[in-house]
Amino acid sequence: MATTLPISQSRPMLTLPGDAVRQILWRFANRFDLQMLVSSARGVARGTVARLVASGERNTHEWTPAKNQMLEAFDRAGITAAFMEPEEGGFISGPKNLALSLAAFELAWVDGGAATASLAGFLALAPIHERGTPRQVMRYKSLSAPPQPGENRKPWRGAFALTEPIPYVGVDTGMLNGKVRVAEWSDGGEPWLQVEKRGRFITGIAYADFITAAAVSDDPRIKGSCIVILEKSDKGTFDRGTPTKKLVHQLSSTGDPVFNLKVPASRIVGGYTLKDGVIVPNFNHGEIIEAVFRRTRVPVGLMTAAKLLSAVEPVIRYQRQRFRGAEGTRPGSIRYEQGIQQRQDALHRLVDVWATGEAAASLGFAAARLFDALDPLEKQKDALLKERGIVGARAEMKAFRESQQRAIELLFKRAAGAPGLDSETWEADPLVQFLLADAEASVLCPATKLWNTGHGVNMLREAVSLMGGYGITEDCPGFLANKWMDAQLEATYEGPEAVQRRQLTVTMTSDLFLALFRVWTCEMRRIASTDPGTGACTLASAMNLWLWTLNHLQNATDPEGNKLYHGQRQGVTFPLADALCWLLASRAQILDVLELEARGASDPLAAEDLPATVEFLSDLCHTQAAQAASEASRICAELVFGYNRHPRWDEKEHHNCFLAEELEDLEKTMAGISAAAVDVLFADGSHPQKAGPCAGCAGSEEFLRLQSKLTTCLTGSRLAKDRAAETLSKVMIPEALDYPAAGPA
Amino acid sequence: MANALHIVACAGIVPDPLQTLEPTLAPTGPAIRNEMVLPAMLDPWAACALYEAASLIAKNPGEPQNPSKLWLVSLTPKAKLQQVMMTVAQKLSFELVPIDGPIGGFTDAHSTAAILAETIAALPGLDRGKLLLFGGWESANRGAGVTLQLIGERLGITDQFQGVDQIELRDDGPFEVLERVEGGRHQVSVCAGPPAVLGWATGNLPEPRNNPQIGMDNMRTIMPVLQKAKTAALDTNSLRYVSATLPAQQRTTRVVKDMHPEAIAQEIVEWIGKDS
Repeated sequence: MATTLPISQSRPMLTLPGDAVRQILWRFANRFDLQMLVSSARGVARGTVARLVASGERNTHEWTPAKNQMLEAFDRAGITAAFMEPEEGGFISGPKNLALSLAAFELAWVDGGAATASLAGFLALAPIHERGTPRQVMRYKSLSAPPQPGENRKPWRGAFALTEPIPYVGVDTGMLNGKVRVAEWSDGGEPWLQVEKRGRFITGIAYADFITAAAVSDDPRIKGSCIVILEKSDKGTFDRGTPTKKLVHQLSSTGDPVFNLKVPASRIVGGYTLKDGVIVPNFNHGEIIEAVFRRTRVPVGLMTAAKLLSAVEPVIRYQRQRFRGAEGTRPGSIRYEQGIQQRQDALHRLVDVWATGEAAASLGFAAARLFDALDPLEKQKDALLKERGIVGARAEMKAFRESQQRAIELLFKRAAGAPGLDSETWEADPLVQFLLADAEASVLCPATKLWNTGHGVNMLREAVSLMGGYGITEDCPGFLANKWMDAQLEATYEGPEAVQRRQLTVTMTSDLFLALFRVWTCEMRRIASTDPGTGACTLASAMNLWLWTLNHLQNATDPEGNKLYHGQRQGVTFPLADALCWLLASRAQILDVLELEARGASDPLAAEDLPATVEFLSDLCHTQAAQAASEASRICAELVFGYNRHPRWDEKEHHNCFLAEELEDLEKTMAGISAAAVDVLFADGSHPQKAGPCAGCAGSEEFLRLQSKLTTCLTGSRLAKDRAAETLSKVMIPEALDYPAAGPA
Repeated sequence: MANALHIVACAGIVPDPLQTLEPTLAPTGPAIRNEMVLPAMLDPWAACALYEAASLIAKNPGEPQNPSKLWLVSLTPKAKLQQVMMTVAQKLSFELVPIDGPIGGFTDAHSTAAILAETIAALPGLDRGKLLLFGGWESANRGAGVTLQLIGERLGITDQFQGVDQIELRDDGPFEVLERVEGGRHQVSVCAGPPAVLGWATGNLPEPRNNPQIGMDNMRTIMPVLQKAKTAALDTNSLRYVSATLPAQQRTTRVVKDMHPEAIAQEIVEWIGKDS
């Protein structure tokens, strides 16, 4: 059972967590390249971007010169170059998932549209980066790199056009509306292609110089689908279409373009092979977008996390200053000094917003770091498979089967601290490492996108409500109403919530992930024994309950004998995916705070207020863990019992009930049994007024035991929330927000 | 102008001005409440000096075998300086000379000047005949306003200018300096040439934009020197503060309805007149 610290007697956290604390929490304290990117992106966000928002640039759908200045600011600040390698004009070597996530986080702190505008360019380049030929990579990344000192050129900007069919036309999102045909093909020459594509909701379209467009073959001489690069100077129609009338993210350009262009076949991303007179793209569009989206969805989740955390300071300031200036509110009085923070409800609700923001950020940055680790492993894996001559998805699966088993064995041995299992053993097998990282990433990515944005938007509504009527005005400091509505789009674009849930229902049931999950559950128990105040024990109990429920649902059937856990049965699979997301976010949050506790002392700045900061962040963890556990418990209970048919007052099920006469007889030998029996049939056939005889719990006793344990594991979580609220009422905040509210810039 | 310049800019760090700055009494004397955990920035006047220095170097790069050089000397806690460098190092190229010392504006200017002068005098490759010592004529922390002069005196530099807004080098070696004087005007001086001390006001240059590529180049040298920064032991006994308070805000508000704009203007003019 979770235990918790008593109401703290020590002094509360002094100030809002600063950069030194964040760098340790999110693991970039030793990366000054990333710290500089953060500083740079923050300057653009709280300068150029904030001034645009404050001066009303969001009030137009069109792409304006003022909005274009934002892109130039991205270029000057190195945000555009963050995607490139140093030899391509960038300044960060190696994987860049964490880097792009940090930049998006900083921009979204002020405006989600600005963050989206920065990500859109990366999204256009990503297919080329992931699967492009060396020539394609060099050409488009060099052209897109901001000019170096002394260079006089405008950087190219890109847009990514996948599918987005017009709504209500019955087109599945898995189908492409772009068509590619052979336009010309002279003997011995390179084929020329005719690409027809209508895009919808294409970000960055107003200023795009090139498009990476997905298209399917409309010609027997081209096999399958591909992604093609279109340039604005290509022969044919390059119509950017009309701007989409979005109510959100107006600092990013969105439109419905139309393309009908003739391009050389060398523009097929990743190249092609000629087989029996047929152009066979080396990668179909699905293979490319899978590699792209699994990475680019993480920064979107972090954008919503940034907004939640950005809401804390303006809400505290509003709460404290709410009554100042009113008649009778004298300086020095409690009403003057504390304002609305005299009331526990205001504090508790803000604790919930803050805790959600911390959990969302922890989950998102954990996913971003994981992809940074996965990128080189993926390359190693590809090289290894090539070396072994393994080609094709089926052959890959076969090759992975053995490594997967080995990965699970090693995982459990390592978790148990098995002797002789040093890191060399672990690192000796890149396939094992790849499979483990891949299994985890395949869950963390959709979980980040789904939970951060979906639950995040609800909590942003809460943040707005904490500002009262002020919250839904343009004058609201921190642009909270914009952020709330923007988050709704973040929950939708790059794969709406249903897509993320669908992916989770598959990936969360893989043997490897479930093995990891078991190890994580034990890990939480271990953490609970050393850091009980984090709520790790509560979380471990909830993880146990979730795992039991999944196992139960995978084997259970409904009254008609149909399987409960089934791809088509989204009423079962989707809520279970939702529950998992809560748990994963809470786990990531706890692990981050442990990192701070372990490493904070060696950083002079973080060490300054370390015990109080760790205690406060632990209290937020405990609060969040309790909420996550409660959500998981509610969802699991509904799923375990909700598919059982309720017993009815019919003859078939009467055998479960006592007859009134029987009870009278039994009473003679077992005094008091009448009072305990609730399901009683009387001689005239009447029965108590309720839905039917009470449902039993046959087969679910273990669930009830686990759920009961979980309920008691909530012990202490509200004390943690009280402590966090107390800190919130005392923590020092700056005199003013460091970016403007609405009004003339 | 082919003559190389050796510019040393002295700059401390101060808490971000948006933060709540509350004087408090620490065991070592007056301090700003929670200063170590507040976000910091380069002292704005000294930052102007640094930007002007970089601009001057860019205009007078010297010759390949005898290039102009810019040092940034800073006496401040090195951990906080490292955080500040994540922004400053992206703006311009310089060589950082950090001295690990206490934070805050309550250190003794004489003691601080002694350490800075000693450090500057020992800079390898510094030619004092080419030295322009730059810094802020004020500080956002606590404007004692004497540190730069004291460093100059200790280095034996007698040509000193304060409240500088502009410097213009002439081809034959001398330079012209614009110093702020009363009434929004400038005093124009012509100096025979380095060495000289220039305490900068705001200058005329905007804050250079961040460029992470410059930052990456700078950080390759900045991180090692930060790690090796020597610790300065400041004399804490020579100065005693009786009290420390924030500058009092003068605010006299009256609510008057239907007042004619001319009457409002007249009242403001009278009020300003009273102040002078």
